Amino acid sequence: MSDVIEQGVRRTTLPQRMLEEDAPPETVRSLGGVRREDVFRLLGAAAAGIALTSWLFTQVAPFSGFLPFVLISYLFFVGFYAVLVAFDEGRVGVVDKLATVLFHSVAVVLLIALVGIVVFTMVRAVAGIIHLNFWTNDLSKGGPLDPLSDGGVLHAMIGTLIMISIALVISIPLGLVCAVFLAEFPGPFSRVVRTVVEAMTALPSIVCGLFIFATWVLLLGMPTSGLAAALAITIMILPIIIRSADVVFRLVPGNLKEASMGLGASHWKTVVHVMLPTSRSGLMTAIILGTARGIGETSPVLLTAGYTTFFNFNPFSGPMTSLPLATFSLVKQPSDAQIARGFGAAAVLMVLVFVLFLIARIIGGKGAGQLSDAGIRRARARSARVASRLERRRVSAFEFDDADEWTSGDLAS
Amino acid sequence: MTTTTIAPSLGDGVVPRKTTIVRGWQDHLFRALARSGGGLVLTLMGLVGLFLVIRGADAIHVAGWGFVTTQNWDPNAHDFGIAAVLVGTVTIASIAIVVAVPLALGTATFISEYAPEGIRRLLIGIVDLMAAIPSVVYGLWGAFWLDQAIVPVAQWISTYFGWIPIFAVPDFNANDPLATTTVFTSSALVAGLVVAMMVSPISASIMREVFAQAPIGEREGALALGSTRWGMIRTVVYPYGTGGIIGGIMLGLGRALGETIGVYLVISQVFTINLHILHAGTNSISSLIALRYGEANPFEMSALMAAGLVLFLITMAINFGASIIVSRSRSGAATE
Repeated sequence: MSDVIEQGVRRTTLPQRMLEEDAPPETVRSLGGVRREDVFRLLGAAAAGIALTSWLFTQVAPFSGFLPFVLISYLFFVGFYAVLVAFDEGRVGVVDKLATVLFHSVAVVLLIALVGIVVFTMVRAVAGIIHLNFWTNDLSKGGPLDPLSDGGVLHAMIGTLIMISIALVISIPLGLVCAVFLAEFPGPFSRVVRTVVEAMTALPSIVCGLFIFATWVLLLGMPTSGLAAALAITIMILPIIIRSADVVFRLVPGNLKEASMGLGASHWKTVVHVMLPTSRSGLMTAIILGTARGIGETSPVLLTAGYTTFFNFNPFSGPMTSLPLATFSLVKQPSDAQIARGFGAAAVLMVLVFVLFLIARIIGGKGAGQLSDAGIRRARARSARVASRLERRRVSAFEFDDADEWTSGDLAS
Repeated sequence: MTTTTIAPSLGDGVVPRKTTIVRGWQDHLFRALARSGGGLVLTLMGLVGLFLVIRGADAIHVAGWGFVTTQNWDPNAHDFGIAAVLVGTVTIASIAIVVAVPLALGTATFISEYAPEGIRRLLIGIVDLMAAIPSVVYGLWGAFWLDQAIVPVAQWISTYFGWIPIFAVPDFNANDPLATTTVFTSSALVAGLVVAMMVSPISASIMREVFAQAPIGEREGALALGSTRWGMIRTVVYPYGTGGIIGGIMLGLGRALGETIGVYLVISQVFTINLHILHAGTNSISSLIALRYGEANPFEMSALMAAGLVLFLITMAINFGASIIVSRSRSGAATE
């Protein structure tokens, strides 16, 4: 139809628009392939670097220590490597090879450091977490001078679960409603809300705690409790959940929503039956990652929960502790047993985060509307049920009058 | 990615048909619910800022300009200010960013451009997971390992580079056998390194996502013109991902400024400006709040609120700056 309007007007045409259907999806071409020279150069430069550094350390300069040895040999290695490459290639080639080496080493350094941090915490935690009582008791019997076979951190685990549950009960409905509002009712008001929410994702977590401490505890005179901590966590994770849910909602294909509207569904039905199911995996990921953030933060809880070594199942009264708060409070004490327990609590916390993260990985990682195998089977079964229901209605309608406008045959496919 | 739609130009006198939308009561209810949800969140978030301003105003009013120039923190004597804690916060965050940016940029480039296909997914998983590790774990590592391990390195730096003012450690004399090396622990450097480890996976994760979206056609164009892989990265991937790089750095900076526990566990708090980053003793706004909230009377609380307000304003400014830069860049739409 636009051809008719555009006749006689010279326009730049976009040829790929027509080809898009036929063209295979673009893939990154592999630039790999290791040449023999590359390996020889690397090995040679490494050997020369280490040898020169050993000579330097033992014969020439009064250097010592493992770290300086590694650093200096690395510098020599890079130098030798550059010289070796320069035999065969020009300046551009040398720079390229050096960049390759540098990126590899930076990535290795960061990954080693990060893995080292986790392993360090886990190793220090072993002394505490191998005792069964660590998982089943509270700390009321585990004083600074008691052995590690007394006391545990179950009270902190329960506290963490209670706090995060309350926080999620508040922040999931509120966050999703707000995200739906941002996605579905664009306008000046929603722009303001979005700006403020995005700004609030950077809110320092201690400020959340400070806010709840100043309002809930000081202004309203409530005691520090699990509920206050949960409120502080809510303030912290609410913008995080809204922001990621907003992004997920924007990925819902517009034609799905339009199809629903075109079939006569109301806005509300479209949101409930099209938008939310389509973005379910993304929303789960958003919520789980928000949860991981919420259970890991110490500072909001530090100001609002109070610290206790006893079981407390009631979030409304009495202090309640969480795993990060227990870690923080324990490792500050000058006692080896308490420090070991603190590391143990940190290890439990990390395991919890690992598990949440794995769940998020398994559920998420798919775009809106992309189904897993089981999801496809369920969707097929659903549409088969609808088809058979329509079939039944067609048969019964056929019995009463000769209506033959039902054409539900293709629905099952 | 921008899609250009060519709107058909309508002829004279052709007016789009007026459409009317009939909404049922469910839709009206839904609209009201969504609006009130948005309004509630806005109120809640606005309250945080408003409350900080109202409660902090009291202390700022008493302290006047002294609030930004005084180093001491003694609200009861009306002698308090954020000069020391603010400088400490900025010092720690700067060290963190100086260390984290090369690490994050290098790792993101490695994962998106160099890593073999087989281990790429694993590396992405590790980096994303590390971004979710609680900060208290990093704090433990800093307090129980790095604090001791840094001593010989810090001593070496101060011996050979002590002529640079920030690396000087004035009250340590290497020739004095009684000199204790504890002056090298609990320093801004240790805190900065802990925070750097904390923020680099976060920044790396954002940068990698943007790098991965650099258009394949342009990459292959660069390679086809004879560019090396590094040349392609420098001329295609980095220019495309500028928004992501800056966004990642700014997000990391925001986290670094606001970090509490990782810093609190490591540093020994002093209320004087200490620019010798290798020397023990520094401070940060969030550590100040964590240290002093417990026994605070209403006026001290107001002073802490004012400090919190300053931290809040700084992080807001950085966040807004980042979002403006990111939204103007080419890859901006992708990083939202």
